[in-house]
Amino acid sequence: MAVSKVVMPKLSEAMETGKIIKWLKKEGDRIQGGDILAEVETDKADVEMEAFGAGVLRKIFVPAGETAPVGSLIGVIAEPNEDIAGLLAGAPAAVAAPAAPGPESRRPEPVASVVPAATGGGRVKASPLAKKIAAQSGVDLRVIQGSGPGGRIVRRDVEAAAAGPVWSAPAAATAPGSEYEDVPLSQMRAIIAKRMPLSKAPVPHFYVASDVAMDRASDLREALNALEGQPKISVNDLVVRACALALLAHPGVNASFQGEAIRVFHVAHIGIAVALEEGLITPVLRDCHAKSLTQIAVEARDLAERARARKLRASELSGATFSISNLGMFDVAAFSAIINPPEGAILAVGSVRKVPVVDGDAVTVGRRMALTISCDHRVMDGAMGARFLQDVKRLLEAPLRLLV
Amino acid sequence: MTYREALNQALREEMHRDPRVLVIGEEVGLYEGAYKVTQGLLKEFGPARIVDTPIAESGFTGVGIGAAMLGLRPVVEMMTFNFALLALDQIVNSAAKMYYMSGGQYNIPIVIRGPGGPAHQLAAQHSQSMESYFYHVPGLKVVRPSTPADAKGLLKSSIRDDNPVIFIESETLYAVKGEVPDDEDFLIPLGQAVVRRPGTDVTVIAYMGMMYRALEAAEELAKEGVSVEIVDPRTLRPMDTGTIVGSVRKTHRAVVVEAGAGFAGMGSEIAAFISEQAFDDLDAPVERVTGASAPMPYAKNLERAKTPSKAKILDAIRKVCYARGS
Repeated sequence: MAVSKVVMPKLSEAMETGKIIKWLKKEGDRIQGGDILAEVETDKADVEMEAFGAGVLRKIFVPAGETAPVGSLIGVIAEPNEDIAGLLAGAPAAVAAPAAPGPESRRPEPVASVVPAATGGGRVKASPLAKKIAAQSGVDLRVIQGSGPGGRIVRRDVEAAAAGPVWSAPAAATAPGSEYEDVPLSQMRAIIAKRMPLSKAPVPHFYVASDVAMDRASDLREALNALEGQPKISVNDLVVRACALALLAHPGVNASFQGEAIRVFHVAHIGIAVALEEGLITPVLRDCHAKSLTQIAVEARDLAERARARKLRASELSGATFSISNLGMFDVAAFSAIINPPEGAILAVGSVRKVPVVDGDAVTVGRRMALTISCDHRVMDGAMGARFLQDVKRLLEAPLRLLV
Repeated sequence: MTYREALNQALREEMHRDPRVLVIGEEVGLYEGAYKVTQGLLKEFGPARIVDTPIAESGFTGVGIGAAMLGLRPVVEMMTFNFALLALDQIVNSAAKMYYMSGGQYNIPIVIRGPGGPAHQLAAQHSQSMESYFYHVPGLKVVRPSTPADAKGLLKSSIRDDNPVIFIESETLYAVKGEVPDDEDFLIPLGQAVVRRPGTDVTVIAYMGMMYRALEAAEELAKEGVSVEIVDPRTLRPMDTGTIVGSVRKTHRAVVVEAGAGFAGMGSEIAAFISEQAFDDLDAPVERVTGASAPMPYAKNLERAKTPSKAKILDAIRKVCYARGS
């Protein structure tokens, strides 16, 4: 049997460090491949970590409550008679702060947040294929974190980096003054803080807004919700369904910038932003284009509830082709959202408001909802975004089409 | 048709086609072969062409080589290929080198065939993967046919080849059934690999029983969304590097499975030429799944532990795919 290193797994695309919530196995326990070793808090959810090898859990390097970078050694599984002295000697301690830049980083722009893939000598470990793709797509391997063994950069890491920009350096901590306090960033807040400028700055956003008459949609929703034994339908469910149908008709909006190509999706996996105490999270409702309104309602509710309980699986947090952010419950007239790369667009949904509406020569009360779509100009142009939004509006204004 | 019957048919057809073809070995005549590959041939062709020999591998292999030098095309049967060790000098120093050392005056059109590799509790001396002893030698061709059709097509090509061919079958495959073309001119050229199962994510190179085990692993991984391509080299020397490298260029990952011990084994050679010819296409190091470096134990459970299992193949494939799993 071989010695198996237990390393902090990369459990989501944006994950750089993970915190051990608790170890479910202790040193000396016999481990089978597939056993759950520990629970890990990532930037998005709490995830169970499986064992890759079989043997005895000989050593735990990172105790519960501590944080370790992705790919770092956190334990060793080996047979009792196997020599693991080399691993014991070279084990890194859990890190509280980002690793210092290696001696090789002489670039003008700091890249300190990236944990060096190789701990010694600044050499970047990458598969030959990863190097080839990096050279072709202009990706700098020194600023990517590898997801392979020992932090090796492999094809998927380069492709992810080519699709979206890499993190920049976090600001240096300032000393707390008497008139304010510095609240440490939660994992989630830290990742949002890193990700958002890397969307907003390099992705050229443009915005298209429209007002949707929600009178008929509201009536339909009330009628559906009055039915016994039917799941409750939210306004957001109607919007998700309308977007799924419109995305199929406008694949140019359901697309992602890939450096040298635009990836156009034939499926609608829609990220639905869910607000949490410490930030927000975007679970992905997959295959919305093939789901009925009822299915969408049931599954979206399940995702949102599990998001609040932090019980989402890592696979449910990535892979969206489009996102929706709805602040309707906060009595918001309208807002615009920041695109979540590598997606090409995000729809911001305001409240359904009662407003005076001119009907012929009379003023009546109508229900209106503001939609604002943020689009990546590298992927699409204004007219494309406008046509998509027009279709969403038509679907919501003639909502029976959402039922067929 | 079974693998055994396919071999029998190949021998019979070639003996009808070419009167110079003869079979020599222990128990090939009256007993019709220890594994019945030569069934019915003595009755059909008589004792001049189906020759029973004493238990003397070096002797009857030498007779075969001498006959080949003088224009016959002998097929020498090893009751198991482990016994070919006794004839190693004849094979390595005479058969493989005669063409070279005679300045091209004598070529040796001989086929040495019989079962080899792990079977069922045949223990340390009778379970060896003997191909590695032979494919190292310049001048020998080495064939390992995994299916009944390959057994027929490759044996016929081996008999028609003008050079010495080591043709190693398997006790575990003799009863395997498959479609076999009923065609006297059905030939599979030596040195041609075959894609047993197309896939996109990883190339698994395997032959004989390991190929079937790899197919099972591929089916299981298909359920997890991993698409496995399986390449069976069929001829180990000369090896069809083009097909293997082409597959790896497509999938970017490779796993070699072999029943024999790994050190300087078939997997070492395959891993070497993949890294020479497809280095820039690799996303992971080539992984080898091999038999343990130990004599084959007699005990069933230990025999199983020494031989590459489906679980080990699954682990290796997941490893090169950087996939999570056991």
